[in-house]
Amino acid sequence: MAAKKNQQFDPVETLNAIEEKFEMVQVLNEEGEIVNKDYDPNLSDEQLEELMKRMVYTRILDQRSISLNRQGRLGFYAPTAGQEASQLASHFALEKEDFILPGYRDVPQLIWHGWPLHQAFLFSRGHFKGNQMAEGLNILPPQIIIGAQFIQAAGVALGMQKRKKDAVAVTYTGDGGSSQGDFYEGINFAGAFRAPAIFVVQNNQFAISTPRELQTSAKTIAQKAVSAGIPGVLVDGMDPLAVYAVTRDARERAVKGEGPTLIETMCYRYGPHTMAGDDPTRYRTSDIDSEWEKKDPLVRFRKYLEAKGLWNEEKENEVIEKAKEEIKAAIKEADGTPKQKVSDLLGIMYEEVPFNVQEQLDIYKAKESK
Amino acid sequence: MAQMTMIQAITDALKTEMKNDENVLVFGEDVGNNGGVFRATEGLQKEFGEDRVFDTPLAESGIGGLAIGLALQGYRPVPEIQFFGFVFEVMDSISGQMARMRYRSGGTLTSPVTIRSPFGGGVHTPEMHADSLEGLMTSQPGLKVVIPSTPYDAKGLLISAIRDNDPVIFLEHMKLYRSFRQEVPEEEYTIPLGKADVKREGTDLSIITYGAMVQESMKAAEELEKDGHSVEVVDLRTVQPLDIEAIIASVEKTNRAIVVQEAQKQAGIAASVVAEINDRAILSLEAPVLRVTAPDSVFPFSQAEQVWLPNAKDIVETANKVLNF
Repeated sequence: MAAKKNQQFDPVETLNAIEEKFEMVQVLNEEGEIVNKDYDPNLSDEQLEELMKRMVYTRILDQRSISLNRQGRLGFYAPTAGQEASQLASHFALEKEDFILPGYRDVPQLIWHGWPLHQAFLFSRGHFKGNQMAEGLNILPPQIIIGAQFIQAAGVALGMQKRKKDAVAVTYTGDGGSSQGDFYEGINFAGAFRAPAIFVVQNNQFAISTPRELQTSAKTIAQKAVSAGIPGVLVDGMDPLAVYAVTRDARERAVKGEGPTLIETMCYRYGPHTMAGDDPTRYRTSDIDSEWEKKDPLVRFRKYLEAKGLWNEEKENEVIEKAKEEIKAAIKEADGTPKQKVSDLLGIMYEEVPFNVQEQLDIYKAKESK
Repeated sequence: MAQMTMIQAITDALKTEMKNDENVLVFGEDVGNNGGVFRATEGLQKEFGEDRVFDTPLAESGIGGLAIGLALQGYRPVPEIQFFGFVFEVMDSISGQMARMRYRSGGTLTSPVTIRSPFGGGVHTPEMHADSLEGLMTSQPGLKVVIPSTPYDAKGLLISAIRDNDPVIFLEHMKLYRSFRQEVPEEEYTIPLGKADVKREGTDLSIITYGAMVQESMKAAEELEKDGHSVEVVDLRTVQPLDIEAIIASVEKTNRAIVVQEAQKQAGIAASVVAEINDRAILSLEAPVLRVTAPDSVFPFSQAEQVWLPNAKDIVETANKVLNF
């Protein structure tokens, strides 16, 4: 007997209706033209120029980090090129008192929040001094466990709400991260407490090699917000103005007490997953690469600013030179940091070193003094 | 002084620290209005408000992450994991995150979280409620693990745990919650973490134990006394870090020892204690150090648990082997 169709409720239709609602927000198209005037965040000329400077600087930092890694002068590194708008324009909408809980690719946001470059290099080299955050610097070291930062962000945000701070907790993961249980628990907890959090999923299309389509049957990651009863927004992650605008709005809602937002930024990483042997040609074609390169955030923002008379080759070169010099100086500073010892680590496992650890500490101190 | 059960002493400790420090927050599944499934948080929400005592959505990993985040905002979170068998859901937050926060940040950040959780056999729970999983916790550097055996200890240790600036796993044996009362001061007092307590003095044999096995060991000591053996019972109270000095002092006095734990032989603290004695006091020993433990299966369905759990009879039997060696 054929199942009787319920005329009043068709779950497939409901799903389709929800999915259709998540259209990608774009302000600046690939040609550098404003296509959505109503949503233009109307940044001042100085702000536009500053955001461009940060994106150019970060592109150079990425190139230099990759070659420093190849020379054996940096360790763990996750390339960022292609994600500048997604990372830096979302960060540009934040304030100093906002707290960032990054994934491991989110080093640029930390740097622009105030993490000294030489410390980022020490982190890459596997030196604990890289992670010693200065007092008042509201960041965590990059999280290695995918998704762990999402539940912690809910906690930081709840703490801010209890402290009555005008600040938000901002956390980042990738498309793969949105499959983790902690992703759902994080957005659900923050939603249940109406805590001031912004959850950014940088959908760069591949979790190492696994394509976005294999992560979920959901048409967008943004729509997962519906399950937590919080706003979700899908944004062109190659468009700095759109990313800035949606993050600014999410921040505004959060500090007004209206709860968290999930943002999916549609973007692409040009490089490998990390510098530890990943070969993207095993899972991506050069056609896909070049399709995304046409959307490049720097290219379109450069066109936009040049048309406004705010940017030229001279300014670009100035930033490039500055970046190179600062990177050189930071590497020098990192080189000058004394090598870490096992005794340094044993000494900071607990506030007070327990008896058994103290014995081991003494043994390593003796070994290290030889 | 009041007569209190262990659960009352725990509630009293929470109340004391919530009064002392406004940064102490109590949260978890059903801990608010309901006062916890064992009533450990009874009356706290009424007294301290929903801002400081609150229910969370039902997700242990989320509770762990929430605690870490709140600690980053200067709070002193005391989350409850409703039963410690559910800890597998929150292992990353505990072992991967809060235990490493101090180290990962080069000593600049901390996770002063106290996770309270009931565990322990003999109360006929469904699966995944009663397991002794302290061994999982003690193999993770960065954590402290506390298991009280009396109401008096529970209060003093819990206050110390909450004040500690490192993450503490505070495990409450369900069978001890209401099994007996004890004089417990109503005013505040602390018992230092990492310090064992000699629950009974003796000269012929040391029983080194913790948790509900302290009661079984005390019963065994009385039995052995009837045969003329003077038995010392050392309650570890904190199983990470171990009070190695107290263990060695006792063994050097009695020259014979057994170690008793409710956990499986492969899964607990006893192996570490035996190794420490071998490292430090082998020449004091008149006999090998033997262990009394549960067998190496998962915690059994409740019909088999009375046989599976170690008891005073098992302890007497093993003690006699060591005494007659």
